[in-house]
Amino acid sequence: MSVLRTLLASLLILAAGVATLAAATDGFRAFTSETARRVDVRAHPRALPAVPLQTAGGQITSAAALRGRWLLVEFIYTRCMTYCSVQGGEFARLQRELAAPIAADKVVLVSVSFDPGRDGPAQLADYQRRFGDDGEGWIAVRPTSERDLAALMRVFGTTAVPDGLGGFVHNAAIAVVDPAGRLVAIMDWNDPDGAARYVMRRLAP
Amino acid sequence: MNRPTIRAWQVGAVLWAALAIPPVRHALESTMTMQMLVQILLLALSGWWLARAVPPRLGRHLASWDRSGISGLLLASLTGLVWMLPRMLDAALDEPVIELAKFLSVPVLMGAPIALSWPRAGFVVRGVVLTELTATAFRLGWMYLISPVRLCSNYLLDDQQQLGRCLLAIGAAIVLVLAWKLMWGHADVGDGHRGNSRAGPE
Repeated sequence: MSVLRTLLASLLILAAGVATLAAATDGFRAFTSETARRVDVRAHPRALPAVPLQTAGGQITSAAALRGRWLLVEFIYTRCMTYCSVQGGEFARLQRELAAPIAADKVVLVSVSFDPGRDGPAQLADYQRRFGDDGEGWIAVRPTSERDLAALMRVFGTTAVPDGLGGFVHNAAIAVVDPAGRLVAIMDWNDPDGAARYVMRRLAP
Repeated sequence: MNRPTIRAWQVGAVLWAALAIPPVRHALESTMTMQMLVQILLLALSGWWLARAVPPRLGRHLASWDRSGISGLLLASLTGLVWMLPRMLDAALDEPVIELAKFLSVPVLMGAPIALSWPRAGFVVRGVVLTELTATAFRLGWMYLISPVRLCSNYLLDDQQQLGRCLLAIGAAIVLVLAWKLMWGHADVGDGHRGNSRAGPE
């Protein structure tokens, strides 16, 4: 009797366990939170919060003001010596690669600082200059309050952890925002070609 | 003479409450190693003690569904598996609901079942659990050690590698203890103390 009961209990536990694991990994696809955010964003595009953003020129813009174009968004802090120093170069390359749609005002590259306390307009401008910005279709911005920053990072699923040396370690990536202002995809930070292809495919009629 | 009146389950409850205090919680979640190897293990330990509060009647009833401790140890293993996912370690920091789920499920679905089922488990069942535990420690430790990417967005890469080294050390320690017990200890072939209905092929 207790053998059958144990068998039954074990089978139920096993079924519940597998179901839980499946739910916790988006059907065994996402074992890390980084994969999970990518899977989730593709399945459920997220609307960007309408927070003000200050550009390297000092003006205020916002996600709403940028609507109608495809946005390629990266999160950075300008003192970064690791990822972002390469990220900046990749964005400059994207700027050249996407020159045509940028000229047609269909694509804008956006570098968002998650360290707005230290990254003022001057630092943002310097960041773009350092990586060879040609002046067209690439803006560097910072949120104007910690609350806006938190809201923005939450929607994008960006996490920045202090590295103990005064900098941050962060899940660098290229996020794609569609003309309706929704985050629709997240690509590897070192795959700008993939991001460019993604946008070009959707721009082509 | 207060001492004899302190019950094990009270110790468990105090431990659980202490772990839930925000500064303690934050300290134990400040690194991946602390969260996985200290916080989660202490939560399980609190459940282990809390299980002493299970009344004997309920205990007997549970036992009839838990021959050789199989159901309980399966439940504990699966719960442990869920909290080994890098994603869950991350989510516990980012989402209060997941944190709450951790604080409830680890004691109730992992610590307590181990306390109730381990004494019921015979040599074979214990062997299977310990082998799998050792193998998991080695597998996971190796994965954390060699992974070039961060598996948790909230933790640093060297923290992850530190956890990997700790897991390998734990795996090795379990193997050494088991080898010691098999060679020089009295191998507890057979029964725990609640020896009903376990004469079978195990």
